[in-house]
Amino acid sequence: MDVELLEIRQHMAQFPPFEGLSDDLLDAIAAEIEVKYFKTGSDILLLNQTLDELCYIRSGAVEVYRRQGELYNRLGEGDIFGHFSLLRNHKVRFPAKAIEDTLIYFIPDAVFQRLCEEDDDFADFVELERPRLESVAEQQKKSNDMMVTRIRKLLSRYPVMVDIQTTVQQAARQVSEAQASSVLVLKEGSDNPRYSFEDSEGRVWQMCGILTDSDFRTRVVAEGLSPETPVGHVISEKLITVQSDASVYEAMLIMLRNNVHHLPVLYRQRPVGVVHLSDIIRYETQSGLYLVSNIFNQSSAQGLARLLTDVRDAFVRMVQEGANSQMVGSALSTIGRSFTRRLIELAEAELGPPPVPYCFMVNGSMARNEQSIVTDQDNALILSDDFDPELHDDYFYQLAKIVSDGLDACGYTYCKGDVMATNREWRQPLNVWKGYFNDWIDDPVPKKLLHSSIFFDLDSIYGEEVYVEALQDLIAEKAPHSPLFLAAMARNALNRTPPLGFFRTFVMEKDGKHNNSINLKRRGTAPMVDLVRVHAMACGSSAQNTFQRLDDIGKTQLLATGVSDKLRYAFEFLCMSRLRHQMIDLQEERTPDNNIEPENVEDSERHTLKDAFQVLSNAQKFLKFRYPVPAHRSGR
Amino acid sequence: MHGLRPRAKTKQADWPGYFRARAEKAQDAALSAYFQVPLPAPETPIGEVPMVALDMETTGLDERRHAIVSIGLVPFTLERIRLAERRYWVVKPPRPLSESSIAYHHITHSEVECAPDLDAVLDELLARLAGKIVVVHFRHIERPFLDAAIKARRGEGALFPMIDTMSLEARLYRQSLWSRFRRWLGRPPVSIRLDASRQRHGLPSYQSHHALTDALATAELFQAQVASRYTPETPVSALWT
Repeated sequence: MDVELLEIRQHMAQFPPFEGLSDDLLDAIAAEIEVKYFKTGSDILLLNQTLDELCYIRSGAVEVYRRQGELYNRLGEGDIFGHFSLLRNHKVRFPAKAIEDTLIYFIPDAVFQRLCEEDDDFADFVELERPRLESVAEQQKKSNDMMVTRIRKLLSRYPVMVDIQTTVQQAARQVSEAQASSVLVLKEGSDNPRYSFEDSEGRVWQMCGILTDSDFRTRVVAEGLSPETPVGHVISEKLITVQSDASVYEAMLIMLRNNVHHLPVLYRQRPVGVVHLSDIIRYETQSGLYLVSNIFNQSSAQGLARLLTDVRDAFVRMVQEGANSQMVGSALSTIGRSFTRRLIELAEAELGPPPVPYCFMVNGSMARNEQSIVTDQDNALILSDDFDPELHDDYFYQLAKIVSDGLDACGYTYCKGDVMATNREWRQPLNVWKGYFNDWIDDPVPKKLLHSSIFFDLDSIYGEEVYVEALQDLIAEKAPHSPLFLAAMARNALNRTPPLGFFRTFVMEKDGKHNNSINLKRRGTAPMVDLVRVHAMACGSSAQNTFQRLDDIGKTQLLATGVSDKLRYAFEFLCMSRLRHQMIDLQEERTPDNNIEPENVEDSERHTLKDAFQVLSNAQKFLKFRYPVPAHRSGR
Repeated sequence: MHGLRPRAKTKQADWPGYFRARAEKAQDAALSAYFQVPLPAPETPIGEVPMVALDMETTGLDERRHAIVSIGLVPFTLERIRLAERRYWVVKPPRPLSESSIAYHHITHSEVECAPDLDAVLDELLARLAGKIVVVHFRHIERPFLDAAIKARRGEGALFPMIDTMSLEARLYRQSLWSRFRRWLGRPPVSIRLDASRQRHGLPSYQSHHALTDALATAELFQAQVASRYTPETPVSALWT
C-alpha cells in the first residue's frame, strides 16, 4: 500500500460505491487520480463535451443539470458524477457546475472500467436506477429465512389418514396411537381432480377433509354424536391446503387468513403431512402469528387494546430480521383484520345477530394488505338490499361504533376524512354503493374523486364477501372503458410528487429548495400506490395489493418492457425505508411517523432512495401522457 | 487590481539568462542536462506552463546544519494535477536523525536506514524538474536546501525559478491596503501557512504532513489562487521569483 496516498484512499473509502472496494482496488484508483480545483460558479462538464473520466467530489458542491437546464441533482462531498456518460458514448449528457469552491478527483476511464469489471457492487451502483434498486430488493428477499424455507422442511412425519367410512371412534384411536393431533379423511374414487391421487397399488383416492383434536371435541362429543358415526359426517366442507414447495411464510399467511391451526400439505395432489400452527411458531417463534391467535382469544376491546405493545414488538422484530415490505405489510394487515374481525364478533355478541346480511368492508392500506405501524382506520358497511333504514340502521350504527371505537383504542386512529362505517354515507345497501361507484366513474370530477379514491382499494373482512366482489367487478368492468375517469384519477395521482433527492442533511426539492425532513408516505409510497392503481384499473385488474396490481399490469402492453419491474423495486424500497424509519422511531421511544430525517439516512440508502424517487417521477410523467384529459372536459 | 499594490521596484531576476550561463559552464552531466532544457519564456501564460509541485522534509530549518529526509513531487498544469506521475523519495541524511525530528516527520529510523543518499536520486530528480516551473509553499526551505545539497555532492549548486504559494498568499493577505489597515488596527495578521491558506480557498484540510501530500496540497492551492486572483493568461514572470 502506498502510504503517501492514504489521504486520498481513506477519503474515498468512506463513500459508496468505493466503501466496499478491496484495498488493492482503492490503491489502484488513488494512484491514477487527476485533480482539479473549480471556483464557485465555474463549469466542470459542458453539454456534449467528450468525457473520459469519472468525477469524484473531494470537497465542495456541484449541481448537475438536464439538457434543458432543469436541475437534475445537487451533489456534495464523496458523490460521483459522469458515470452515465462513461457507460454510454462518452459524451456529457448532464452538464455540471461548481456551486461552491470544489475540488474534483478525476478517475480515468480505464480505472473506472476495471472497477466495473472487478467489483459487482460498484458496477450495480453506477448503472442506471433499476439494477441498484433491484439488487437491494433481491438482497432483502434473500436475507429472510421464512421467505425461502419451504414448508415441507417443517414436516416430520406422514399424515394419519382414514377412509371416509371409518367411525369417529376408530379415527380418534388412530390419532392417539400416532400421537398426532389431526387425521386426514380420504375416499376412494375421484370427483375433484385437485385432491385426487393414486396410491402404490394403483387405487385412486381423494382427500375430502381433515378432523382435528378440537373437531372431535366440538363436532362429535359436544354434539352428542355416537362413536359409530362415520368421519364423513363430521368433516367440514371447506378444505384448505398448501403445496409442499410453498414457503413457510405463505403457509403462515394461509393459516392467518383462514384462521385455521392445521394445514394439510400436498405434493401435487397427494397429502404428505400436516403442519400445525405450533410447528411454524417453533420455527419462527416471534412472528405475528402467535399474536393473531391471541387476538381471537380476547373477550373485550380493552383486552385487545393491551395487545398494542405486542403488535409493535412483532413489527420491530420483523423489520430487524429482514422481512420485506410485502411480509410486513401483509402481517400487519392480517393483524389489523384480526382486530377488526374480533371486534365485530364482540359487537355481534353484544347486539345480537344482524337483522339483514351485511359485509364489513375495509379500504385503503388494509384492503391492499400494505399496512404499516402508523395507520388510521378506513372502513365501511355494505348492507343487503333488504336493508330498511327505519328498522335496521340503528343496529348497524351501533355495530360500526363499537368496531370503530375499539379500533381507535387499539391504535387504529379514527379516519380524519371520516371514511368509517359510523358515517351514514358509508353505511348503505349494495345498490346505493353501486350508485356511488357508477357516479364516480361516469361523472369524474377530479376534486370529488380526491376524497373517494380511497374506496378504489376495497376488500371484505367479515360477512358477505360477495358484496365487495360485486363492487370490485363493477370497477374492473367499467374503468378500462372510461377514459375520463382514468384521466381524472391520473390527475389526482400527480398531486403529490417525490423530491429530487438529498443534499448533505437536507431533502432537496426540484426547484433546489431545501427541507429538513420528508414525509415518505406523502412523497413516495402514496403517489406510487395512486399511480399503480390507475394503471391497474385501466387494464381491468381487480387486484388490490400494489405488487399484485403490478403483476397484472406486467401481463399487458400498458407499460414498456421492464417498467413494471422498475416500479416494483422502487416501491419495495420506498416501503422498506419507511418501515425501517418507523422501527428506529419505536426503538428510540419516539412516536413513529412517516417522516424520515436525512441525517438518519445512510449513504447507500440515500442513493437508492434517490433512484426510487427518479423512477416515480418518470412514471408520473408517463401517467400524465398516457391518460390525457380530453380537451372538451378539461375546463371542469 | 485584485487588491495588489503595483510593485514596480521589485527587480525581476533574469532566469533565462542564468540558465543559458549555467548550461555552458556546468561540469556535472545531470546539471548540464537540466540547464540545457529551456524554461518557458517569461511572458508565457501560466495556463500553458508545465509545473511541478515540490515539497521536502528536513531535519531542521538551517541548510548548513540540517539535511533533507524526504522529497515529494507532483507534476501539474492549471488543468490537471497528475498523481500517476508523482515521485516520492526518502533519503538518508549524512547525520543521524534526532528523536524529535522523527516525531515530526512520521518517518522511522528503519525507513531512513534503508534509504539511499540523495546523490542516488539526484539525476532523476533533476530530470523530472527540467523544463518545468517548480511550485513550493515557502521557497526559503526548498531553494537553499536543494542548492546546498547539490553543491555538497556535485561541486556546484543549482538555483531555478520558483512559484511560492506562500508569498502569493502574502501578496494577497499581508501586503494589501486592507491588511495594512488591519495591522494598523492591531489585528493579528492572517495566517499564510499551507493549511490556513487552503481553508480560505475552500480546500479540504489534509491530516498527514508527508512530502507528497504537501506537494499535492501546494498544487491544489496554486490552482485555487490562479482561479480566484489571476487568470490563465497571467504571464509566468508575474508569479515566479
